[in-house]
Amino acid sequence: MLRFLFTRVSLVIPTFIGITLLVFVLIRLIPGDPIETMAGERGIDAKEHARLVHEYGFDQPVIVQYGYYILRVVQGDLGRSIVSHKPVIEEFLALFPATIELSLCAIAFALLIGIPAGILAAVKRNSIFDQGIMGLSLTGYSMPIFWWGLLLILLFSVQLGWTPVSGRIAVLYFVEAKTGFLLIDTLLAGEFDAFRSAVSHLILPAIVLGTVPLAVIARMTRSAMLEVLGEDYIRTARAKGLSNFRVVTVHAFRNALIPIVTVIGLQVGVLFTGAILTETIFSWPGVGSWLINAIARRDYPVLQGGTLLIGSIIMSINLLVDMTYGLINPRIRHQR
Amino acid sequence: MPHIRTLSALAITATLFATPLSAKTLVYCSEGSPENFYPGIQTTGTSFDANSQIYSRVVDFERGTTKVVPGLAEKWDISADGTVYTFHLRKGVKWHSNANFKPTRDLNADDILFMFERQWKDSHPYFKVTSSNHSYFNDMGLPKLLKSVEKVDDYTVKVTLTAPEAPFLSDLAMEYAGVQSKEYADAMLKAGTPEKVDQEPIGSGPFYLVQYQKDAIIRYKAFPQFWGGKAKIDDLIFSITPDASVRWAKLQKGECHVMPYPNPADLEAIRKDANVTILEQPGLNIGYLAYNTTKKPFDDVRVRKAMNMAMNKKAIVEAVFLSSGVPATNPIPPTMWSYNNAVKDDPYDPEAAKKLLAEAGFPNGFETDLWAMPVQRPYNPNAKRIAELMQADLAKVGIKAEIKSFEWGEYRKRAQAGEHQTAQLGWTGDNGDPDNFLNTLLGCSSAKGNGSNIAKFCYQPFEDLVLKAKSISDQAERTKLYEQAQVIFKEQAPWFTIAHSVQLKPVRKEVVDFKLSPFGRHTFYGVDLK
Repeated sequence: MLRFLFTRVSLVIPTFIGITLLVFVLIRLIPGDPIETMAGERGIDAKEHARLVHEYGFDQPVIVQYGYYILRVVQGDLGRSIVSHKPVIEEFLALFPATIELSLCAIAFALLIGIPAGILAAVKRNSIFDQGIMGLSLTGYSMPIFWWGLLLILLFSVQLGWTPVSGRIAVLYFVEAKTGFLLIDTLLAGEFDAFRSAVSHLILPAIVLGTVPLAVIARMTRSAMLEVLGEDYIRTARAKGLSNFRVVTVHAFRNALIPIVTVIGLQVGVLFTGAILTETIFSWPGVGSWLINAIARRDYPVLQGGTLLIGSIIMSINLLVDMTYGLINPRIRHQR
Repeated sequence: MPHIRTLSALAITATLFATPLSAKTLVYCSEGSPENFYPGIQTTGTSFDANSQIYSRVVDFERGTTKVVPGLAEKWDISADGTVYTFHLRKGVKWHSNANFKPTRDLNADDILFMFERQWKDSHPYFKVTSSNHSYFNDMGLPKLLKSVEKVDDYTVKVTLTAPEAPFLSDLAMEYAGVQSKEYADAMLKAGTPEKVDQEPIGSGPFYLVQYQKDAIIRYKAFPQFWGGKAKIDDLIFSITPDASVRWAKLQKGECHVMPYPNPADLEAIRKDANVTILEQPGLNIGYLAYNTTKKPFDDVRVRKAMNMAMNKKAIVEAVFLSSGVPATNPIPPTMWSYNNAVKDDPYDPEAAKKLLAEAGFPNGFETDLWAMPVQRPYNPNAKRIAELMQADLAKVGIKAEIKSFEWGEYRKRAQAGEHQTAQLGWTGDNGDPDNFLNTLLGCSSAKGNGSNIAKFCYQPFEDLVLKAKSISDQAERTKLYEQAQVIFKEQAPWFTIAHSVQLKPVRKEVVDFKLSPFGRHTFYGVDLK
C-alpha cells in the first residue's frame, strides 16, 4: 500500500509542473494585455503603461516570469490579484467554501437520484423504466447549464415562487462566517430561519450543477450493474434462493461499485467546470465566478493561482479515489 | 425579523452587532463586485457605485444633474485669472469608524491634501499602496495642471493651477477625488498595514460599510452624523447579481428594488409589470464611427461627408438600439449644456453621396476597412451588426468596406495609434463638461500619439474655439464657443455620429425619488421607500 501511495504521489509532481506551465503559457496566449484591461475604457498612455508593465514584471521573458512564479509558489505565495490587489490565496479561501458547499450538495443530489435510477434501469432492463430513465439522463447530459438554470429560475422562482432566485442566503440574514459553510454556520449560530433560507437557496443551483453528474452516474451504474448481473455468481446467489433485493444490493451492487466510484471521482472535475456557469447564473459567490471575472480582466495571478489550487484539489481527490479501490476490492490492494 | 449576527471578516462598530435590520432597507441588484474601496485607482462604474456611498468629495454633482454643488467645501473662490481656487471647508464633518480605528478629529484640510498628494506625488508613502495607477487623476491632466495644493488653515485649502482650466471643479466632483481620512492612513501606516485603508474604508459619506463579501453582498448602514443629514433609508444592500435576466427575476419577485442594465430582450416584460417603473434618460454618451483624417481618402472632407450621407442612421439606430438609443447629430449628447440644436445632421442621400465621391475623384468608390468593436458598450450594443448595416449601405455607393475586429484592449490600442481607416468607438462622459467630449475626443493634443482622438482630427479653427472655452469660467461665454465648435464639427465631419444610448433603469414602485445620474452612477442618498 505504501509503495502504491508513493508511486501515485510521485506522479503528482510532473502533473503539478504541467498544470502551472500550461496555465502560465495559455493565459499569456489569450489576446489582451492586463494593464490595458486594468486601465479600463479610457486606455492608458504609453509611458504609464510601460511603468506599470515593469512594476508587475510583465516586461520580462515568459520563462523568467515563470521561474519567479514557481519560486514564489513553492514558498506558498500565489501573488496578489491585479484587480483587487488582495492575496490570491486569501480570496480563494474566502470563496472556496461556497463552491464546496454547492458541489457537495450537487454530488449528493446526483448520487441519491443517479444510483437508484441506474440500478432500477438495470434490474428492469428494456422496460419502460429503463427507456425512460436512460432517455431522461441523456437529456440531462445534453442540457446546456445556462439554459437549464434560467429555465428552473423562471419556473420555480418567478412563476411558482417556491425558491429564491439567486444568492446564498436572503439578504436579511447576517450570519457570522465561522467555517464559511453557511449550512453549518447558521446551525452553529442557532439561526434556524437562516438555515432554512440557506437550504432553499441551495436547491436550484445544486440541481443544475448536479444534473450532468447525475446523468453520467445513472448511465454508468446501469451498465456496470448489467455486466455484474450477468455473472455466474449472481445466478448462484439466485439459485441459493436469496431475495432479489439482497442479490441486487449486496452481491451485484458492491461488485459494480469500482467503475461507479471512478466515474464519481471524474465528476469532481465536471463539477468545478459546471460551477463556473452555475455560480454565474445563481450569483453564487464561489471560485467559479471568481475565475470567470479573472479571465475577463486578464487577472493573471488569480487565474494562475486559482487553476493551480483547483488542479491540486482535483488531483488529491483522484488520488483518494484510487486509494478507495483498495478498500472496495481487496484484490487490487494485494496486487499492488 | 431574524436576529443579526456579526461577521468577523470586517470590522464593524460594536454597537451594531445586535441591531436588527430596520424597516427601510433598500436592496440594489448590482452587476458585479467592486475592485476595492479606494476610488483613486478605480476605473469601472461598478466600483464607483460601491464607493460613492462611502466617501464625500470636495465638491459634488447635484443628484441627477451635471451641476457642480458644494460638498466638503461649502464655498470656494476663484482668482480673476482662473488659476487659484480657495476652498472653504465645512466644519464638524464626522468620519465613520471601525474596529481598527476610531477617529479623534473631524475632517480638515489635511485630509484634502492627503487626497491630492496620494495620487500626485510618487514620493508620498501612500502613492504605491494598493496600486500606483491613479487612472482618472492622470487622465484629467491633474499632474500637469496642479502647481501647488496648500493648507491655509485647518478649514481652508488653496489649489494653484499652472493654467486656467474651466472644468477643474467638475473634475473634483468625480469619484476618484473621494476624500479618505489622513488620520486613519497614518495610523495604518504606523501599524504596518497601510492597505487596510483601501479594504476597510472610513469615509465621511452618507453610508458606512458594514460588510463586504466578494461576489455576494455589500452591506451599508446610514451614517447618522453625515454632514448633509441622515439618509432616508436605514440600510442599503448591494446584492451582487452578474446576470441581467436573473437581476430582472429578482426585481420581479421583490428581492431587490433597483437594477441596472436590463437585458433588451426583457424590456417588454418589464414594461408590462405593474410593480415596476422604467426610468429613462438619454445617457451622457456618444457612439460614433471615426474617419482617420490623416489617411487617404479620409483626409478629404468631401469623402467624409459622402460617407455620412451614404449611411442610413435612422435604420441603423432602429435596428440595433431598438428603443434604447436616439440618433446622434452632434458629438455631445443633447442633455449636456451648450448642445447646439441648430446643427442639422447630414441627410441620408446616397445619390448626393455618389456625386460628392465623384467630385473627390472616386466615381467608382474605393475600398476601406471598417473596424467594429468586439464588445458591447453602453454607447454601442452591437458594433458588429452596425458595421454590417453600414457595409451594406456603403456598397450601394460603390464603397467596399471590409469589417475588422480585434480583442478589445488591442482594438483600443490600435485605434488610438491610428492604424485604422474607419473605426467605431464611443465615449461616456466623466464630468459633464463639454470639454470632456470636444477637447478630449477631438482636440489636437489627443490626436497625437495614443490619445483618445482616433479620428486624428486636428483642425485649427475648431481647436482655437475649444481651447479658448477651456480657459474661461463664464458658462454663457463658453456655451457660445462650444456651439460654434459643433457647427465646425459638422462641416468637417471627422465622425459619423451614430447614437446616444438611453439609460434604462427598472425600479420598483415602492422606491421614492431615485434619480438617474447622467453619468450612469447609482447613488442612494436621498432615496426613500414607501
